[in-house]
Amino acid sequence: MSEIDLVRAGIEGLLRDHPPATTARREFLAAQYDAGLAWVHFPVGLGGLGVAPQLQREVVVRLAEAGAPDGAATNRLGYAMGAPTLVAWGERVQQERYLRPLFVGDERWCQLFSEPGAGSDLAGLTTRAVRDGDDWIVDGQKVWSSMATISDVGMLVVRTDPELPKHQGLTYFLLDMRSPGVDVRPLRQMTGEAEFNEVYLTGVRVPDAARIGAPGAGWKVAMTTLMEERVLFNRQRDEKGPAELALELYHRRERDAELRTRMIELWVRARVQRLNTVRAAANRTAGIPGPEGSIGKLVYAELNQDALELCLDLLGDESLLYDSYEPVAYTEAALAAQGESDLRRRFLRSRAQTIEGGTSEIMRTILADRVLGLPPEPRGDKHLPFSRIPRG
Amino acid sequence: MSSNEARDDLRRVVRGLLERRSTEADVRRLSEDPAGYDRDLWSVMADQLGLQAMAIPEAHGGAGFGYEDLCVVFEEMGRALLPSPFFATVALAANVLQHSGDEVACTRYLPEIATGGLVATLALGEQDGGWDASAVRMRAEPAGAGWTLSGVKRFVPAAHVADLLLVVAHTADGLSLFAVEPGAAGCTVEVELTLDLTRPLSRVVLDRVPAVLIGRSGQAWDGVRRALRLAAVALAAEQVGGAQRVLEMTVAYAKVRHQFGRPIGSFQAVKHKLADMLVAIESARSAAQDAARAAAEDDPEFELAASVAKAVCSDTCTRAAATAIQLHGGIGFTWEHPVQLYYKRAKSSEFLLGTPGHHRGLVGRAIGI
Repeated sequence: MSEIDLVRAGIEGLLRDHPPATTARREFLAAQYDAGLAWVHFPVGLGGLGVAPQLQREVVVRLAEAGAPDGAATNRLGYAMGAPTLVAWGERVQQERYLRPLFVGDERWCQLFSEPGAGSDLAGLTTRAVRDGDDWIVDGQKVWSSMATISDVGMLVVRTDPELPKHQGLTYFLLDMRSPGVDVRPLRQMTGEAEFNEVYLTGVRVPDAARIGAPGAGWKVAMTTLMEERVLFNRQRDEKGPAELALELYHRRERDAELRTRMIELWVRARVQRLNTVRAAANRTAGIPGPEGSIGKLVYAELNQDALELCLDLLGDESLLYDSYEPVAYTEAALAAQGESDLRRRFLRSRAQTIEGGTSEIMRTILADRVLGLPPEPRGDKHLPFSRIPRG
Repeated sequence: MSSNEARDDLRRVVRGLLERRSTEADVRRLSEDPAGYDRDLWSVMADQLGLQAMAIPEAHGGAGFGYEDLCVVFEEMGRALLPSPFFATVALAANVLQHSGDEVACTRYLPEIATGGLVATLALGEQDGGWDASAVRMRAEPAGAGWTLSGVKRFVPAAHVADLLLVVAHTADGLSLFAVEPGAAGCTVEVELTLDLTRPLSRVVLDRVPAVLIGRSGQAWDGVRRALRLAAVALAAEQVGGAQRVLEMTVAYAKVRHQFGRPIGSFQAVKHKLADMLVAIESARSAAQDAARAAAEDDPEFELAASVAKAVCSDTCTRAAATAIQLHGGIGFTWEHPVQLYYKRAKSSEFLLGTPGHHRGLVGRAIGI
């Protein structure tokens, strides 16, 4: 049986044995996982069928038509970033421990990478982990962790050896967010709400069994997570794209030559961005995306900013107003409502798109160095023991 | 042909031929040659690779490959900056004939185009240029059983070496298509000095020149418009090829050119310009490939896809060549450096078949604004 027939047969069997209309969400997702339709390119027994990753689209489209629950929707970071990292770097026992609960919705994941002193320079992070018997003791502060208030597992990168050069002294763990010493504080952003959090870690005990990859291999493991993140940021969500919204607004206005020119240019950019995404997906045959993923991330972020700015210009004086600056924290309901949120809020939110998941400047440097093969910029920190690099 | 592997093979073969036969020295020599192209290479393209025949239907002596395959050839030609009447013959004339609805004309001319035995072109614009129906003011006069044409056509590619001119003119019924032999009495072809010396354009003066109607009187425009869009897709592919080549040229230079004791490619200001070029070219490639696919599949959105591709690829190619000159510094401004040849081709190709602004206007109409 060809790969696509295998996937299609799996889908039809799943829908026949577990009709979405009469099956509870968790039960359906568990059956989907066991049928190898959670991530079709994952190994058999770990939510996959070992087939080409593009075939996941078959599953997504067919299950959406059938009204099935979406296991990825409320746990995007776990689904799209955590799971591939675990499959690439984890031990079998770890994969079995984490993947199923992740997919069925028992455990939501968040990311504990950035720090106040380590943004673009992620490898400059200073949160420490010190070995203590079968455990590690973690101290430090993470930031920009979305959904940390409602998460169960944190993808955590820490420094385990400050005497090694910065990239070599890092280690990757999966942190139980309920551990004593984990303090999550919502961080209010310019839109008014708190989508992200600061996470303070004080004497937090993490078992060595939750370490992903070897001690010192944390940078490589984290790169897998980040490459997947760039693909995630590039993915077209179900919500209406801002270019379509702008076109709807345009139709409600009087004609204006300058706005017409901008509208058409934006519409063309949005179309080309979609074509890029389709082509990148077709070209992506290996499991882990390469640095070209940065193209999509970069284009999508800048397109969205310009589109939302055009939306406000089309709204006219209504753009002088705002719906609410209530400092709400992110909950599942708030997440679900995000798609329909106010255009003015989305306009403000879009400023983050060229910063989060790697700034556009870092994306350009990655493309130049890793895709075009340009010589790296000379730097003083790469080979020094981390403890001797000036900070501040 | 159609699989990606077959298309990769085609690309390798065409690139190999053009790397040998359309070197920078060849391009420069031909840009000062009266014919402006290598007749022997033209024959090799036809006899050994069958390039002229590729997208012509088998019923008319062609190979019947899809438009996506043909666009691979155009991409490689753009990369090599090939001076050739191939674009005029294959992208313009052959498409115009195929969409003329005139079986007799197709049977007469397409097999000859397919074998490389006929160079043909389209004469559309007049004194003020333009690439749509409003560009045409010439009127055909009935003369016995046939017609004569008088007036001036401008910006006609490859007219100076063409065996057949396809001329668009009005009859009482509307826009119509005519076949004219450039050697006929009253027909004068004057080659103009062009910004891009690799693509000669001519002024064609017609003074009561006998012309044969192709298709039905007054019914030509839909077919010509379709052919112009197909040609625009070929041109977009050519632009992607040219842009990719200047990117590679500039990346290679940025790795070896040292200033301040470092390769200039290690400076962020240079890296980011090149990264932007890469992103723009990959986007242009997506648009061009989508338009070629739409042409091959006869997608109802084909014309929209073609206009998107022409607009995006034109802008990208010109910006890429301009950035390439900037990053090469002084050497990039010299006559000796090849990047200027690409810049001139890019800027000229922007105008051919309608500017990016013109095509964005068409997109606007297509999306209802």
